[in-house]
Amino acid sequence: MSAAALVRADGVAVAYPGGPPVLTGVTFELREGERVAVLGPNGGGKTTLFRAVLGELRPAAGALAASARRAAVPQTERSRLDFPVSASDVALMGTIPGRPWWRRPSRADRAAARAALARVGLADRAERTYGELSGGQRQRVLIARAIVQDAGVLLLDEPFSGLDTTSAAALERLLGELAGEGRGVLIATHDLDQARGWDRVLCLNGRQLAFGDPADVLTPEVLAATYGGAIVTLPGTDPDAPRRAILPPHHHDHHHDHHHDRRGSAR
Amino acid sequence: MSAVLHALADPFSQSLMQRALAEALLLAAVGGTLGCWVVLGGLSYGAESLAHGMFPGLVAAALLGIPLLLGGAAGILLAALAVVLAGRVGRGRIGRDDAVAVAVTTLFGAGALLALAPATPVGIESLLFGDVLGTSPADLAAGAALVALVLLALRTTHWRLLAVGFDRDGARALGVAPPRVDALLLTLLALAVLVAVQGLGNLLVVAVLVAPAAAARLLTRRLGPMMALAVVLGALAGLGGLYLSYYVRVAAGASIAGLLVAVYLLARLAAAASGIRKGAAAGGG
Repeated sequence: MSAAALVRADGVAVAYPGGPPVLTGVTFELREGERVAVLGPNGGGKTTLFRAVLGELRPAAGALAASARRAAVPQTERSRLDFPVSASDVALMGTIPGRPWWRRPSRADRAAARAALARVGLADRAERTYGELSGGQRQRVLIARAIVQDAGVLLLDEPFSGLDTTSAAALERLLGELAGEGRGVLIATHDLDQARGWDRVLCLNGRQLAFGDPADVLTPEVLAATYGGAIVTLPGTDPDAPRRAILPPHHHDHHHDHHHDRRGSAR
Repeated sequence: MSAVLHALADPFSQSLMQRALAEALLLAAVGGTLGCWVVLGGLSYGAESLAHGMFPGLVAAALLGIPLLLGGAAGILLAALAVVLAGRVGRGRIGRDDAVAVAVTTLFGAGALLALAPATPVGIESLLFGDVLGTSPADLAAGAALVALVLLALRTTHWRLLAVGFDRDGARALGVAPPRVDALLLTLLALAVLVAVQGLGNLLVVAVLVAPAAAARLLTRRLGPMMALAVVLGALAGLGGLYLSYYVRVAAGASIAGLLVAVYLLARLAAAASGIRKGAAAGGG
């Protein structure tokens, strides 16, 4: 009675062209209706895994199969906020893979973009400039773009980073709904508490360290191996349930504001 | 009233001025549309490098008596090659821009040396500053064909250009190859420079590829209107420049380029006055 597998990885290793594998031993399944948290330090292989699942990188070893279309939902700050595009323009980019390069978007394409924006609750923001939307709204526009691609699998790269509490709650709700529609959702995150609420957790640090139910995977030992000790226990109000948080070792080319405590002060 | 109309129409009673106007409108069309991608993609320096680096090709064409378009095409290929090589050779030691600057200056200097040779025919300044009034019917036809090609390519690949400009990594995930889009844009840029250099010359060609789009960017919020406005501004500058040259007897190409820059400055003032782009201008570049 288990749901169908949308993505199945068996002993997968991924390398960049001409280089050694940067990620090895990845064996997991993403099934219909599941939200899977992908944990790991920066540079631990989350993005590499995503690129492999998207088909941009071919596995150097192992088998990686997907039975549904995959779409990426990148971090919003990766896109140019000064670009003269509307939310519906961005959603409409999701129709690019579905048509020959010389053809322009059809009426049906535009309708699909509008419907997807409505689906993520942004029908009234469709003609607003993308860069002028809030971080949470921009994230939802990018999710709409993935919906337009008719993707059964969504790969989200730290979608909660930089969101305030309200936006984060709205996004969490939306991801739950998308999973409820039978989509598989892979979410790269640093937030352990959030991961605890999802269906499965995949821990990566150059190789796969664990995959399974959150209760089995989110142990101090696994987390220590995943993050290499960059973990602190926060003094919580409830002494029986201390909150753990991750200290990102380095801030790379983009900043993450709220890894330590998403529920902390909003930007 | 009729005197005004007459004054406006009079210059274009001559076929020379009609061709000049047609050439100016072609430049406005290609400069306004492609220019938006140049401005949004930060390619202004690339456009200038191509234009200046092709100078030896233009001079060689003048020396050999072959069509400027051919010499210009060869010159652009040479310039593109030199720019790529300079970027490779200098990698890690000097900055990319510096390497390109060295390559382009070398080419431009070589062109100047050629131009100063005793065998060079007179009128070399038209290569530098253009000769929009000297547009021949053949020039016009070739220019129109190239402009049509560029416009068609821009129209068909619009969404791919948009996706890559918006977010390179995201575009890759959409199945668009950013390096291919870059190559396409540079090729179109080379074609546009090739067309525009006839009218505006080696030194002024960048004006039509950058100024109208940069001005339109300040006054619009979407790419479609931005392109349309850029074309209109470019056309107005072209028309105005021809009037100036006819009535004030100044160089046509320089007048057009000067008006293009004036249009940009006016747009800045207008944008500042209306505050239409508020903080968004900070991210431009």
